[in-house]
Amino acid sequence: MPNKRSGKIVMMQGNHACSEGAIAAGCRFYAGYPITPSSEIAELLARKLPAVGGKFIQMEDEIAAMGAIIGASLTGVKSMTATSGPGFSLKQENIGYACMAEVPCVVVNVQRGGPSTGMPTHPAQADVQQARWGTHGDHSIIVLTASSAQETFEQTIRAFNLAETYMTPVILIIDEIVGHTMEKVILPDREGIGIINRKQPTIPPEQYLPYKKTKSCIPILANFGIGYRYHVTGLCHDETGFPTNEPKEIEALITRLSEKIERHRDKIIQCRLMMLDDAEVAIFAYGTVARSARRAVKDCREQGVRVGLVEPTVLWPFPSEIVLDIAEAVDAFVVPEMNLGQMAREVELAAKCKARVHRLSRVDGDPITPDQIIYTVKGMV
Amino acid sequence: MFDYLKYIREWNFPHIWCSGCGDGIVLKALIRAVHKLGISRDEAVMVSGIGCSSRTPGYVDINTLHTTHGRAIAFATGVKLANPKLTVIVVTGDGDATAIGGNHYIHAARRNIDLTVLLYNNYIYGMTGGQVSPTTPIGGMASTAPYGNLEPPFNISGLAGAAGASFVARGDVYHVQKLEKLITKAMQKKGFSVVEILSPCPTAYGRRNKMAHPVQMMKWLKEITVPVAKYERMSPEEKKGKVRTGVIVDVDIPEYTEQYQKLIERLRVEKQ
Repeated sequence: MPNKRSGKIVMMQGNHACSEGAIAAGCRFYAGYPITPSSEIAELLARKLPAVGGKFIQMEDEIAAMGAIIGASLTGVKSMTATSGPGFSLKQENIGYACMAEVPCVVVNVQRGGPSTGMPTHPAQADVQQARWGTHGDHSIIVLTASSAQETFEQTIRAFNLAETYMTPVILIIDEIVGHTMEKVILPDREGIGIINRKQPTIPPEQYLPYKKTKSCIPILANFGIGYRYHVTGLCHDETGFPTNEPKEIEALITRLSEKIERHRDKIIQCRLMMLDDAEVAIFAYGTVARSARRAVKDCREQGVRVGLVEPTVLWPFPSEIVLDIAEAVDAFVVPEMNLGQMAREVELAAKCKARVHRLSRVDGDPITPDQIIYTVKGMV
Repeated sequence: MFDYLKYIREWNFPHIWCSGCGDGIVLKALIRAVHKLGISRDEAVMVSGIGCSSRTPGYVDINTLHTTHGRAIAFATGVKLANPKLTVIVVTGDGDATAIGGNHYIHAARRNIDLTVLLYNNYIYGMTGGQVSPTTPIGGMASTAPYGNLEPPFNISGLAGAAGASFVARGDVYHVQKLEKLITKAMQKKGFSVVEILSPCPTAYGRRNKMAHPVQMMKWLKEITVPVAKYERMSPEEKKGKVRTGVIVDVDIPEYTEQYQKLIERLRVEKQ
């Protein structure tokens, strides 16, 4: 992340900021399929990637796009795809493959209303649980979000850095409003951007074990073509990468896949906290809704209402510890969401009955306004 | 004696294929072709989907990628486009490539991306226990076609040719030397190349279709296959129940990753 905001100032929509962030992060392969409201990410990368020596390909479907980025990533090239609701559903099986085979890649979901074809041009936040549990089987996953074009730029870079660090797919989930709002973005100078590249083996090929058990739980996968010949599969496998039916090996693999993220949750989780010190009510909001929530907090404070905001920029792993701390200090949470309470359920779990949790849902395709939040907060005080 | 062990992951044997399966014959023909062409094991990648044939990569000592059902060609497209220096071989089956993965199959052919696809056709879903596949003949028996198959089969070589592949051939595991030559030619071709390989599945197909013994299935392959040149001289009556083997399509058309590289070069020059 850039420490100070110096660089080129541009007007840009969140989707284009995502494409710029990808290029800045070192992404050199994009495979995608057209879908509203995410297509601008692909369109800008179709223009930019070949100009920096990278590759863009429009695949025949969403599933193929997800497969292609996994294949590309195994050659050592940072890879990404972007989609929206229905496309995100289609990608799930191969997202699970990337979890299982531990192939770093970035999947962006610009959320629209669902289920099914739903509302292609309206915002929603109804895929946040799917981002966590969309693919079958036990696994852990990292899901980032953003509330502005600037933050989308920064979170795209962070998504690549986390993918390369933890050898995992990372999902960046934004909503249609963030994706399409034109606003000021500062594109930092190259030296202002921290880039992480995946590790490569240093031991001789004959000693190499791609999925070797280590303290960090994170494997080191050699890029295809550099002399380490190994096997990658979606089947349960042992340290060698070959399929196994040995119960102990299977258990070690499945627990490690979760451990490698959960063990590092302190380093992954990020939350913005606002005016919580003396708050009676805490708003828990993310994405576009967090912008309304910030305004609501300011307006409430001016009227003497003691309210604060917790705004996670990482949705998964869920910031349970932070929510519990806040729950011990406040009377209630208000969780405004453009869904029927998908993250509110997590807040309820994390708060452990120390504070009431009030769901403020909107699923009509319109955004949640500051006034709606203020009204709800005042009712809680 | 040819040294297969150089290319084999001996520690993964015994393999999972049934007695009488043709897949091991394809594996050996492939290894001989790779050896003949002097392809570096470090720079070769074998990508497969799900099914009996898709277990081949586990036994070959190169970079190997065993993906999700039907998606081998999609993954392989990513590998090849990201690093065109790699030799990318796709190993797949009739169900994997032409049912669940049919879309990737035709679009990779249309793009003419430099992949060599070895498509094992055993007319059945073998691994899952003998369900009907897109290549099961009309009247063929399968666990999900217990009264005989009603659906006309795909001509999967014809499909690749119609979609734009630069090289399409059909071989079979009875004519082993011919098969090796076809695989070699396919790998030499710059562009999307397919070898449809008729490979018997006595366990799931033969037993249901009066060819329970592997030898019966091999004899059947011998009977139904006709070289392309001879096939073309045959009358419609004679062609009934026969399939042509040999090179079906061999054309020189622009290859996708080369075209992409040219685009990158053009943009680099324009920028200067």
